Amino acid sequence: MINIDAQNHVRGKSIYLDDIQELQGTLYALPFDATVAHAKIKSLDLEAASKAKGIVAILTAKDIPGENQIGGIIPDEPLFADGEVHFRGQVIALIVGDSEHHCRQAARLIKVVYEELPVIVNPREAQAHGKLIMPPRNFKLGNTEEAWSECEHIIEGRSDVNGQEHLYIETQGAYARPKEDGSIVISSSTQGPTAVQRMVARVLNIPMHKVEIDTVRLGGGFGGKEDQATPWAVMVALATQVLHKPVKMSMHRMDDMRMTGKRHPYSADFKIGLTKDLKILAYEVTHYQNAGAAADLSPAVMERTLFHSTNAYYIPNVNAKAYSCKTNLPPNTAFRGFGGPQGKFAIEAAIVKAAETLGVSPAEIQKKNLVVDGNELSYGQILQQTNAHASWDDCTATYQYEQQKKRVADFNATNSRYKKGLAVQPICFGISFTNTMMNHARALVHIYHDGSIVVSTGAVEMGQGVNTKMLQIVTETFGISAKRVRIESTNTLRVANTSPTAASAGADLNGKALQLACNALLERLITVAQKELNTDKIQINDEFVFANDKATEISWPDLVMKAHVLRVALTENAHYATPTIHYDKTKEKGHPFAYHVYGTAIVEVTVDCLKGTYEFDAVNVVHDFGKSMNTDIDNGQIEGGLVQGIGWMTLEEIVYNDQGRLLSNALSTYKVPDIYSVPKQINIKHLETEGHELAIKKSKAVGEPPLMYGLGAYFAIRDAVRAFNPNADLAVNAPYTPEKVLMDLYKK
Amino acid sequence: MIQFILNDRLIETEKAASTTLLDFIRYDENLRGTKIGCREGDCGACTILIGSLKNGKLDYISATSCLTPLPNVHGKHVVTVEGMNLPDKLNRAQAAMVESSGTQCGFCTPGFVNSMCGFALTSAEPTYENAISAIDGNICRCTGYKSIERATAKFSSQLQQKDDKNPLKWLAENDFIPSYFTEIESRLKAIQVEAYASSGAVPIGGGTDLYVQKHEEMHAMDLEYLFDRNELNGIIIDGSKCKIKSSVTVTDLMQNDTLLGAIPNWYQYMKLLSSTPIRNIATIAGNIANGSPIGDFTIILLALKAELTLADKNGVRRKLPLKDFYLGYKTLDKKADEIITEITFEIPSNTARFHFEKVCKRQYLDIASVNTAMYLKTENQIITEANVSMGGVGPIPKYLAKTSEFLKGKSIATETLKSAEVILQTEISPISDARGTESYKRLLGRQLFFAHFIELFPDTININDLV
Repeated sequence: MINIDAQNHVRGKSIYLDDIQELQGTLYALPFDATVAHAKIKSLDLEAASKAKGIVAILTAKDIPGENQIGGIIPDEPLFADGEVHFRGQVIALIVGDSEHHCRQAARLIKVVYEELPVIVNPREAQAHGKLIMPPRNFKLGNTEEAWSECEHIIEGRSDVNGQEHLYIETQGAYARPKEDGSIVISSSTQGPTAVQRMVARVLNIPMHKVEIDTVRLGGGFGGKEDQATPWAVMVALATQVLHKPVKMSMHRMDDMRMTGKRHPYSADFKIGLTKDLKILAYEVTHYQNAGAAADLSPAVMERTLFHSTNAYYIPNVNAKAYSCKTNLPPNTAFRGFGGPQGKFAIEAAIVKAAETLGVSPAEIQKKNLVVDGNELSYGQILQQTNAHASWDDCTATYQYEQQKKRVADFNATNSRYKKGLAVQPICFGISFTNTMMNHARALVHIYHDGSIVVSTGAVEMGQGVNTKMLQIVTETFGISAKRVRIESTNTLRVANTSPTAASAGADLNGKALQLACNALLERLITVAQKELNTDKIQINDEFVFANDKATEISWPDLVMKAHVLRVALTENAHYATPTIHYDKTKEKGHPFAYHVYGTAIVEVTVDCLKGTYEFDAVNVVHDFGKSMNTDIDNGQIEGGLVQGIGWMTLEEIVYNDQGRLLSNALSTYKVPDIYSVPKQINIKHLETEGHELAIKKSKAVGEPPLMYGLGAYFAIRDAVRAFNPNADLAVNAPYTPEKVLMDLYKK
Repeated sequence: MIQFILNDRLIETEKAASTTLLDFIRYDENLRGTKIGCREGDCGACTILIGSLKNGKLDYISATSCLTPLPNVHGKHVVTVEGMNLPDKLNRAQAAMVESSGTQCGFCTPGFVNSMCGFALTSAEPTYENAISAIDGNICRCTGYKSIERATAKFSSQLQQKDDKNPLKWLAENDFIPSYFTEIESRLKAIQVEAYASSGAVPIGGGTDLYVQKHEEMHAMDLEYLFDRNELNGIIIDGSKCKIKSSVTVTDLMQNDTLLGAIPNWYQYMKLLSSTPIRNIATIAGNIANGSPIGDFTIILLALKAELTLADKNGVRRKLPLKDFYLGYKTLDKKADEIITEITFEIPSNTARFHFEKVCKRQYLDIASVNTAMYLKTENQIITEANVSMGGVGPIPKYLAKTSEFLKGKSIATETLKSAEVILQTEISPISDARGTESYKRLLGRQLFFAHFIELFPDTININDLV
């Protein structure tokens, strides 16, 4: 089934935040931010700006009636800097005026005097200075100390992986309107309406029931609007509370890039030990996460790094440690994969380093160590229904990996300017919020007495097609056509206390709740039909009631009207909480994931060794979708996630200078893949599996896992570089930009 | 007053001229289908189509509305996604995108649809490659483009039957465009607007640079709009000379038959310069006057030994070689009231060779780390004339005078190039910045210098001997 939004998208009829019709008198808000990365604010002079043309108010920390605090996990992040700034781009004041243009003119008149303090942008340096967001965490399995003596080969090294700008094409934004009694409705381009609601209530010092958050859809999120959509919504809400006027903000791209956090850069030290026959016996890793200046979601991201520190491999002795390091950069945040990709990058780096040292193919080590049923991961979860070997074997067989290897070797033997490289990238990704309490959802279903249905869940549509999947659940449960069903906006008045749409779990959690709601309604309607038709054997198919497997005259609207007349409740609100999961942070053991998603990709690249540029010839994937409930949407997630992962590993280079200034501050300097930089071919095969009971309709979560196939892009390029320059000692440092490639090709 | 047809409606507005078409469309006309992604021409979410009468014939281009000031559409037809909608069904581009799942979050989608529709309206051959080229300025962050490629393949195959004699009628009858398009030509002729008059202090052409660099200041700037000045448009081939008027766009040159015939790979080189909707409105004079040390067209023209004609407000003209135009970083040998009116260069004869190289993070729609062009004349493997230019390696777009001089009289041989490269390194002075470290740019400069010869003389010069 094609995405239900597609028809409106292509006609330009879909409504995003900046497309909402403004009420008369709407004011515009512009955040005013710090131009230094770490300083005391000696003085802040707003006088000239306040008097500038069109300016209505300039709000600062002093204007906040509640707490000046938007930290979700740790309360360490003020809405407006108060006395000190900790990163360039930190908001100090909010300029509100009759147009964005006037606000920008006024911004130039604000005078801030800073007393600058030392700036740290490097996570290792922060850790050395004891600047941590929280105490380090440590996952352990077996005993690495004892295992080293049994290892034939021990290889140590370091890997570095940069951050990634989300680059949702729709920038951050929010639009607040006053209601009665000090209540406020806020349209927010957020993945987490409840998070926004909670922070608005906290900052404005009003109860949550006075704050309505409404989200129709996002023009892309990718994690960047999970927590970081919040400040902008809180700011316009505050302005609305103070001024009793509608207030809107739709951020300029460069403001968005400068002020918001990104995927976390990580640096890691690893030590890997292997037996003679290439079994990985022990692995130690220390991750240095560059968290930025406040916690944001960093503790949770760091946790997922640890959960995925051994990727799809079984290693009996593991010691994985992670520091969340506080630096003077914008607080880094969720991004598709949520720390998992960085954890996987380090183990893949360790394997590649080991393979290069031992003169074997990385794939040989990878394959020998894939997880099987019954393996215990470092955090105590025993794996079941593993598909690591199945996807590896299917992928290498289907796409004829052995022949491909030979073809690449032959090519390299006969070409001096161009070299090809190959990498196999298996993935194993845990599904559920790692914070167990977040794994719940609700769905509200109204059947109107004309037979039309409106559905509200906590899921936010951001292009991933969750609304289409929700609609499928309704139509398939009721046996009715799609035209009867409308999936409404995500709204905190209709569905409360939601978890953000994140962790790939949106369709599972909300879909399961929606299934419960629809099943409850169906049961009532069936009962009505049973009485009416005097039989127990009732079904609804193709919009008609079937009695004893025969179609009756009773259509869906007829049945609904009969139920209404009989005073049957046609509304249901259902709640779902994922069973089986638990986790004990004091022991760092438990069963945090409902299930894991597996898959394998083979990446082939051609490097121009004269220029350092490269093209991806093909990426061949076998992916464990379970039983995909929508192949159009799920294949799109694979292609999109993969390309986003390749972008992170290749072109997308975030550059801050040592004073914390973002140099890659616009689309002209930060390059995401365009249509010419994607692999010439992407082939996707669905692994034949049973799926998992905890996945919605046994259709496994698909949002984040494919991004991690992109890691293979890095290692494929490295393979090609080594074909040209086999003897140089190369660092592992992603992204592999054409610059780094050229430097490595000619490294002595 | 500025007049144009927006979709099927005549617009007459007194709005400030410097207002971008994007803001006008979205906030004055309340057509919210055109999206804002970056406001610097780098994402394509705001792509619209501009139809204008050229020699009495209606001709459409795609353009980024975020960089287009209102006077640049004066007397023209502007089409947004709303203006592409058919009354009761999807147009062909829309249908192909839907059927191929070419849209996910949807925010970039109207831009893609417009670029595709724009392609249908051009006279370009409807090959798959050309159709992809038409969407090369559109960035999508969700799909990974594969579904968009499939949509484009479907769409371009449906264009194969296009009637070249009466394309608009055919396109309207076959659900590519709404039927009102067939009347636009006569409606535009009926408007018969006066040329937009302005005489500000700051000249502006296509807007692709000024609106990026000085977005906020534009409101207050006193601008002189040159893009549609008749006397500043046109490519004149005068024997072996090519004269480019200053408002000629990159697309104009990319489609010029003489240049396509005279310079092998001319089209491919042009394709390395930004993207279709930008090339459609970016002027050559703008690329030169911007003074960027990395301007692609400047580098090309330096190797072609181009000469500029400047004219001041009183019409006083002077000529100077392009290489002497750059005095220092963004400092030009140009008086405040002078504008570039003409650029002249010798078209390479069939005994000469020209080659251009550019490397950036992303091959297309990116700014170079280093770019370089070379013009070379040889006789019996002996270089009789060489002009080498290189960008991104100093404060100005660099004509490599010493390297060029050194090459003269030398044979095409590995040793020549190795010696020349030593001189080249003394002529360049790259700095470390967002486009690369100094050592990278020096290495890349060497590699691309060698690339000229490896590409032009594959039988004589090969990579193994050089590096």
